[in-house]
Amino acid sequence: MSDDILNKIKGIIAEQLDVGEDEVTAEKSFTDDLGADSLAIVELVLALEEEFEVKIPDDQVDGIKTVGDAVNYIQNNK
Amino acid sequence: MADRKVAVTGIGIISPLGNDLESTWASALAGRSGVGPITKFDASSLPTRIAAEVRDFEPTKYFSKKYLRQMDPFIQYAVATSYMALEHAGLHEDKPPAERTGVYIGSGLGGITTIENTFEKMKEKGWRRGISPYFVSGLIINLAGGQVSIFHGLKGPSMSHVSACSTGAHSVGEAALAIRYGRADVMIAGGTESTITPLSVGGFCAARALSQRNDDPTKASRPFSASRDGFVMSEGCALLVLEEYEHAKARGANILAMVSGYGATSDAHHVTAPHPEAEGAQACMRLALEDAGLAPEAIGYINAHGTSTMADAVETMAIRGVFGDHAEKLAVSSTKSMHGHMLGAAGSMEGALCCLALERGVLPPTINLDDPDPACDLDYVPHEPRRVQVEHVLSNSFGFGGTNACLVFSRPPG
Repeated sequence: MSDDILNKIKGIIAEQLDVGEDEVTAEKSFTDDLGADSLAIVELVLALEEEFEVKIPDDQVDGIKTVGDAVNYIQNNK
Repeated sequence: MADRKVAVTGIGIISPLGNDLESTWASALAGRSGVGPITKFDASSLPTRIAAEVRDFEPTKYFSKKYLRQMDPFIQYAVATSYMALEHAGLHEDKPPAERTGVYIGSGLGGITTIENTFEKMKEKGWRRGISPYFVSGLIINLAGGQVSIFHGLKGPSMSHVSACSTGAHSVGEAALAIRYGRADVMIAGGTESTITPLSVGGFCAARALSQRNDDPTKASRPFSASRDGFVMSEGCALLVLEEYEHAKARGANILAMVSGYGATSDAHHVTAPHPEAEGAQACMRLALEDAGLAPEAIGYINAHGTSTMADAVETMAIRGVFGDHAEKLAVSSTKSMHGHMLGAAGSMEGALCCLALERGVLPPTINLDDPDPACDLDYVPHEPRRVQVEHVLSNSFGFGGTNACLVFSRPPG
C-alpha cells in the first residue's frame, strides 16, 4: 500500500467527514468507523477523483469499504 | 377532545437585528434598522442594492462544519435557531417525549442560494462533478424541519407550510392546531428564509416590489409613510416552542404567552396585489378573533403586516373595517420598519415579538414614520417603543397568492 497516497488521502477524508486525521487509518470502514452515509461516500469519491485524477465508476464504489480499499484503488488505477 | 390550550414556552431568533432573541429584542426597542448595502453578492447591476442581511452568523457554534456543504443557509438558520428555542424553553437537556414533539417549519423560497450556485457549477463541470449529492436534500423546503427533527431526535409530525410571506404565521397557527387536536404536546414552529441572492433580489426587482432607497438604507423600510417605495428584502429565522398548557405548567415552564386564536383565508383575487377592499384580510382577522373567543375591543396591539408598500393603506382600511371605533384606541406597529421583510420567516418573527411585547409590557415601534400617508391614519407607535401592558395582541401576515394568516396571542392565565 502506498504511504504517499495514504498520507494524502487522510487529509481529504478528515476534511470531508469531519473527523480527526489520526482516526483515518487503513483498516477503518467509511460507514462503520468514520460516520459516512451513502451521500457522504458519493461526495468523498468525487473529492478523491479530483485530487488523484482518477475515475471511480459507480459500480466500483461498492467495493471500496475501507480507507485501505480506497488507497489500493487509486494506486491500481492511476 | 378536551379543551387543550397552547402556550409559547420558548423562542429562538436569527435576524438582521441580532443572532439571538435578546439582541434582536434590544435592537427592536432601540429602534435600530437592520438594513444596509447588500454584501452577499455584487448587486451593482440591480436597481435595488440594499437588504437586511443576517451578519456574523456562526453556524459552527451549533453543528460541525461538514453540514455547511449539506444544508442551504435557510436550513442552517433553522437548525441553529432550534437549539436556541429549545434552550429558551428549558427543553434542551430534558427533552420532551420524542413521539409527542413535532416540527412545522416553512420557508417561502427554500434553498435558492444552493440552486443558483449549483447551476453555475453544473454548467462548468457537468452533472457528475457539478452537482453535490446533497443538492436536493440541501435545498428542499421540508428539510429545514427535517434536519431539526434529526438533530434533536423529534418523532412527532414534521412538515412545511408554504405560503409566501404568511408562511411563518401559518406554521405557528397549524402547529397550535396540532396541539389542540392532540397530535402533539410540543411543537417547534415558524419560518426560515435566506434569499439575498442575485435571482431572488432580481426577481422581486422585476416585480417592482422593492424599495430603491439605496442612498439611505436605514430609512428604506418605512411602513405607513407617504414616501414609502417598496419593501426591503430580509432574511433569518424565528421559531416558537409551542406546548400544551397543562404540559407546560406541569414541568414549571416559563410561559411567555398563549396562542389563543388563529385564522386563515384567501383573497381569491390576484397573485401579488391585495384585494382592494381587503375582504380576505378582514375575514382572516375576524376568524382569529372568533377562534380566540374575543371581541375586537379586547385587542390592545396589532403587529401589522406593514411591508412599506402600497398595501399598507389597504391593511389600515382592513383594520378599520374589523375594529370600527376601537381602531382609534389600539396601537399598531410594523416591526418590518426595522428588520425588513423576512418573507417566509416574517410571520413567526413578528409572532415572537408579539409574545415578548406581552411578556415584557413594551410595544415595539414603527421607525421611519416621519411623513405618515394620509391614508394610513392609525396609532402606529412611531419612532419609540411604548411601555404599556396589553392583554391580547393580533399579528397579521399576508402573502403572494392572496393568502392570509392572523394569530392572536394573549397573556397567560393567572
